[in-house]
Amino acid sequence: MARLIRTEKEVEGNFEEVWLVVEEDPLQQWPAGPLDVVGRPAVRKDARERVRGEARFTADIRLPGMLHAAVLRSPYAHARVKSIDLAPALGLPGVHGAVGPSEAPGLEHEAGYSGAPVAAVAAETFGQARAALDAIAIEWELLDAVLDPEEAVERGAVHGEAERYERGDFDRAVAEADVVVEGTYRTQVVLHNSMETHQSVCEWVDDRLDIYTSTQYVWGVRNEVARELGLAPDRVRVVCEYMGGGFGSKNSAGEYTFAAAELARRTGRPVRCALTRREENTAAGNRNATIQKLTAAASSDGTIVALGGEFVNALGWGGWSASTEGPLKILYACDNVRTVRHTAKINTPPMKAFRAPGFVEGTFGLECLIDQLARALDLDPLELRRKNYASSNDGTPFSSKNLRECYERAQKHWDRRDEVHARSDATWKRGVGMASQIWYGGGGPPSYAWTRVGSDGSIAVVTAMQDIGTGTRTAMAQIAAEEFGVPLERVEVTVGDTSRGPYATLSAGSSTTPSMGPAVRAAAADAKRQVLEIAAQRYDLEQRVLDIRNGRIVSADGNLSVALDEFLAILGNAQILGKGARGPNPTGMSVLTFGVHVVEAAVDVETGEVRVERVAAIHDVGRIINPLGAESQVEGGVIQGIGHTLSEARLMDQETGRILTTTLDAYRMPTIADVPEIVCEFIDEPDEHLTNLGSKGLGEPPIVPIAAAIANAIRDATGADVHELPISREEMLRALREAKERRGAPAAV
Amino acid sequence: MPELRLTVNGADHRLDAPIGTSLAHVLREELGLIGTKIACNEGHCGACTVQVDGAPVLSCITLAHAVDGDVTTIEGLRDHPLVEAFVRADAVQCGFCTPGQVVSAAALVAATPEPTTEEIRHAMAGNICRCGTYPKIEEAILHWRD
Repeated sequence: MARLIRTEKEVEGNFEEVWLVVEEDPLQQWPAGPLDVVGRPAVRKDARERVRGEARFTADIRLPGMLHAAVLRSPYAHARVKSIDLAPALGLPGVHGAVGPSEAPGLEHEAGYSGAPVAAVAAETFGQARAALDAIAIEWELLDAVLDPEEAVERGAVHGEAERYERGDFDRAVAEADVVVEGTYRTQVVLHNSMETHQSVCEWVDDRLDIYTSTQYVWGVRNEVARELGLAPDRVRVVCEYMGGGFGSKNSAGEYTFAAAELARRTGRPVRCALTRREENTAAGNRNATIQKLTAAASSDGTIVALGGEFVNALGWGGWSASTEGPLKILYACDNVRTVRHTAKINTPPMKAFRAPGFVEGTFGLECLIDQLARALDLDPLELRRKNYASSNDGTPFSSKNLRECYERAQKHWDRRDEVHARSDATWKRGVGMASQIWYGGGGPPSYAWTRVGSDGSIAVVTAMQDIGTGTRTAMAQIAAEEFGVPLERVEVTVGDTSRGPYATLSAGSSTTPSMGPAVRAAAADAKRQVLEIAAQRYDLEQRVLDIRNGRIVSADGNLSVALDEFLAILGNAQILGKGARGPNPTGMSVLTFGVHVVEAAVDVETGEVRVERVAAIHDVGRIINPLGAESQVEGGVIQGIGHTLSEARLMDQETGRILTTTLDAYRMPTIADVPEIVCEFIDEPDEHLTNLGSKGLGEPPIVPIAAAIANAIRDATGADVHELPISREEMLRALREAKERRGAPAAV
Repeated sequence: MPELRLTVNGADHRLDAPIGTSLAHVLREELGLIGTKIACNEGHCGACTVQVDGAPVLSCITLAHAVDGDVTTIEGLRDHPLVEAFVRADAVQCGFCTPGQVVSAAALVAATPEPTTEEIRHAMAGNICRCGTYPKIEEAILHWRD
């Protein structure tokens, strides 16, 4: 039965109070551990299409008569269009349409950053469209630009009021503490750089707008476009069958979609608008830089008595301010906490969510500081973390928390320290570091799934979600197969089209599996119940004695055993339709994910080169649906995190605000040659309070603790404290010099 | 427009294309071979890798008229044992870079049927995967004939 509730909804660590229609879900959780299909490694349902190059991405959509659009962008960090004349562009060969500032959402007269979209042209070829941009006559009025985040905060150039939080009496706790440590940490701007750039193809079919787009949220794009263009939502159809990566940067429609839609309307032809790689590096979103001034205080027995932080999120012209202070507030038991977060509004490209926004940055600062505290207390860093274990989230109980078990399992990796140290030589110093992980990932309602069972015994799961490469199709197929009682091959999952399936959540915030999985299970259970109802009538048995196991309808006494496809032939052209919905999250509980990373790193003390040699990643995300896909998620997060830690940085000209790293040789992402040994472990314990599955999300957790674990391994190896990401050779050599000075030796490096 | 002659996956093609057209563009837009992906369009990422006479080539910065040899794309390698090796190892997440990875790997194992980890890392370092499937790619190539 549908029920209306007032509840907190969480996406990427943002909470809002909303009304939600949820449906009761009577299913009991399955027992823990591997089942017939769920919990066993499964090859991706769509792996072959993707590997063989048959999968059709947005980049591969070719519609008859399709035009190509190019976007005119501001060369200035802050400027206003005084006048613009599109006519010269419209007169050029191949050009069919142009759209100027304020004529489509996202194209604006005021450019708040270098690369801000201003106008767009559609032509027969992309080359023609791009050439036509040069013909647009534009006159700019230059405005004052602020590029330094601390200066911005001082001058009051901020997004909203500062966020303040306090519990207990921070000042008094610090004054009375035995040990106080402080540190300032800085994290850099990093870029998502999905392999498929942001892009859309738009086509008007009568008064309906079809949008093929590379997105993490087909429904979000549908709603945003409908709202902005004043259309009824069902007049907008959004399609994304295969998607070339997003990492948080593709949660909204974007100017490329609106420009394509408007140009398609003006020209009467389908229009594709795809960002180039250089635009992708400039204007497609980023993880914002942060500055973190942190304090930790403890009593001599190692009890943390106070934690404090002053944070600046250097947000750029737009985006939203993530909770960089989150880990400091909730990772450890601590009675006295004070945080303040300023959000600088500077004339740089807008922030977009990037894989655990806020917590990646905040965990780097906090977990480096906790190691510093351990040294000041002369305590083992793992012991200090265990000692300050949080049993609630500021008084709210956890729905489940197995971080202690993660620490237990980390011990054997942590115990390799002597062996690792012994492998050091005159120039390469080796050490071990660790860091804890905390993040959201509980998902939530609403999300829906349908199932369709045909007379051939195949089961179709239909839901308008998207698989952005995380293996969601496969996990959903496993859940449906398990519930229905059939082998995995029997289940097909259809995704990626708002006109061909019910609402599904966004593929972000580690929310897809925990949001969609329970709905898919409920939909499979609904269809199965109907099959058994029919079987009970057909065989004149009570329904409660019937079940489906491994593709056969069986009775409890063993007298009946008939293949499902054989029995279902009785349906003829009739079909059984099941439906399922995601139930509510547990009320009054905090649903979080946990983990620990233990890193072994080597530092060349002469050159400052850092190599990560081994990563043990232990995560607690509830029940694991597909251990193979889960391992891939962890490896991917760890590798992306190593890039964030050691090599990736978006560089900007501090005078003009122009982005300098616009190519993939300038913006240095990890290659196969940079990958260490990665050991994955999962606690794999269902969260008994969370849905009919007990599963949480895993997309983001693995990227959260890696930077701090690397920095702590570097400290263990060399005695040098790094305070900035990326840990470039420059930063490494600075930290080595500082460590040498601290030890009283002359600074020779 | 100057005539362009290309042999792709064993088939001969005669096309008209302006001088300066990239091989990737011809493959995708003229021949409909969309398995070859363009991710950076300036030779930095490897997504567009094809083989010319068995050697890996970045098709997005290769001039179509300058191609001197037989071109093999992912469409010509769909039955290569590496495909199943990638599938088994889960060496694919979003899949946008994957065809290029397979083409590079196929060139490697043709020249070196039993590559070491070092040889794999050397040969594959030009193919970027943002999802980070690298450990699985290494595993797939190590066990490509299993």
